[in-house]
Amino acid sequence: MSTSALINVSAIMSGRVLVGVKRVIDYAVKIRVKPDNSCVVTDGVKHSMNPFCEIAVEEAVKMKEKKLIKEVVVVSCGPQQAMETIRTALAMGADRGIHVEVTGKDYENLGPLQVSKIMAALAKKEDALLVILGKQAIDDDCNQTGQMTAALLDWPQGTFASELSMEGDKIKVVREIDGGLETVKINTPAVITADLRLNTPRYATLPNIMKAKKKKIANVKPADLGVDITSRLEVLRVDEPPQREAGVKVETVDDLLARLKEAGRI
Amino acid sequence: MNRAFNRTSLKQLTGVLQRFQSTLVVAEHNNDTLTPITLNAITAASKLGGEVTCLVAGTNCAQVVEQVSKVQGVQKILVAQHDSYKGSLPEELTPLILQTQKQFNFTHICAGASAFGKNLLPRVAAKLDVAPISDIIEIKSPDTFVRAIYAAVTCPPPAGVSEWLEQCLTKSDRPDLTSAKVVGRRGLKSGDNFQLLYDLADKMNAAVGASRAAVDAGYVPNDMQVGQTGKIVAPELYIAVGISGAIQHLAGMKDSKTIVAINKDPEAPIFQVADLGLVADLFKAVPEMTKALDK
Repeated sequence: MSTSALINVSAIMSGRVLVGVKRVIDYAVKIRVKPDNSCVVTDGVKHSMNPFCEIAVEEAVKMKEKKLIKEVVVVSCGPQQAMETIRTALAMGADRGIHVEVTGKDYENLGPLQVSKIMAALAKKEDALLVILGKQAIDDDCNQTGQMTAALLDWPQGTFASELSMEGDKIKVVREIDGGLETVKINTPAVITADLRLNTPRYATLPNIMKAKKKKIANVKPADLGVDITSRLEVLRVDEPPQREAGVKVETVDDLLARLKEAGRI
Repeated sequence: MNRAFNRTSLKQLTGVLQRFQSTLVVAEHNNDTLTPITLNAITAASKLGGEVTCLVAGTNCAQVVEQVSKVQGVQKILVAQHDSYKGSLPEELTPLILQTQKQFNFTHICAGASAFGKNLLPRVAAKLDVAPISDIIEIKSPDTFVRAIYAAVTCPPPAGVSEWLEQCLTKSDRPDLTSAKVVGRRGLKSGDNFQLLYDLADKMNAAVGASRAAVDAGYVPNDMQVGQTGKIVAPELYIAVGISGAIQHLAGMKDSKTIVAINKDPEAPIFQVADLGLVADLFKAVPEMTKALDK
């Protein structure tokens, strides 16, 4: 191995991964829209870590276990409850947390543009080698934050990743695309967003949950990072999707096909 | 000047005054054919009421430009042909779009919400310091859009930091999932049993989709997944075979014109959205359907 390659490897081993996690309504909950159509009901509803964020945390922890990186720092933006989500990530193996406190009206208006500005500021401040995020949050379904963070940092992006491998100071990313899979090789530092099939997140064990309580969570405000979180979008109203009319049950395949023919579908 | 622009198309564009709305549609293509979702994006752009410009960037654009020129609603085509656009990397396309925007001041920039569009547009938006809007389903006015949440809002030199290595595309003679008329589905106990669906799909000239469970089990490749995190389809006919109907799956197919469910569990949630439901064992019902369609 050449000298320069050795230097690169050691640079990576000392690297830090920043992982963004979001607290969302649990994926199994049936969502209800508020009667005033302002937003969905969140009070008293079960929340948990966004499933794609769990995958991002798992991947970062696995990289640390393989000694590819030195430290995993987990970040969440939101009110006090975001701390629970950070604790969950710490119990999965992250080293420390950063809670970016956003409350009230600011939190209601918090979108990918604001979060990506926060993530970009933290990536610089923490001198991160990689930022790993989920590919989308299951509440707003935006699929934007990772791409926007990469843009603000002028770093390359490896979105919808289903496989990652370090190759010197570069990273090889297998991406899930419409027709199948695509492989790209990107420079570090970089932003990665995790797809469903990147890994299977571990369950936090009780001892690890206890240990996580001792790990540090720093509290910062967007203003401390020099980030303006004014929103560019206004939600006019939130509606229930149109309900489909109840269908009919048929007894036989012949009856099914006859009705489809009648409806002109086959 | 931008090395990437085709000079003749630039000439046609100079001196154009931008009034009212003007929209840039970023064309998705494989240097050979225009991806059908670009046509949907052009239709959406036309609804904004202004001039529609289409940007074709790639390593070999001639054929795609010809296809775009025949699409109704496109007033202008910008062509950027360069080797650095191989693999349509967002790190390379973003500076190009920014330069185009600087020159023409579009009021709207859009693309189809495919893996390509989702990868690219947020990067462009962040550079313009604006909030992008994902997966819109309706345009109310030039600044008011409708989108679905929870499984409705208003609003260079090569970078050389990334390198496209390869693509491994799923080969199929069947219609593309997102533009197919009929979609069949999973619930089968092995990959081999998917053959039952392929046989039925062939008879109906349909595409075959899958639920997350079927993809995770390795029965079929990931690009066949329908749902909140997979593809969103709205065919004339959607046949859900052995699909229970999780919210995440319904998000991907509930706008289909006619939904048929075949499931042996009469309590499966899929029956709540199905127009026609058949409570039956799919291993009997599906071959029976295929046989009946033969007649």
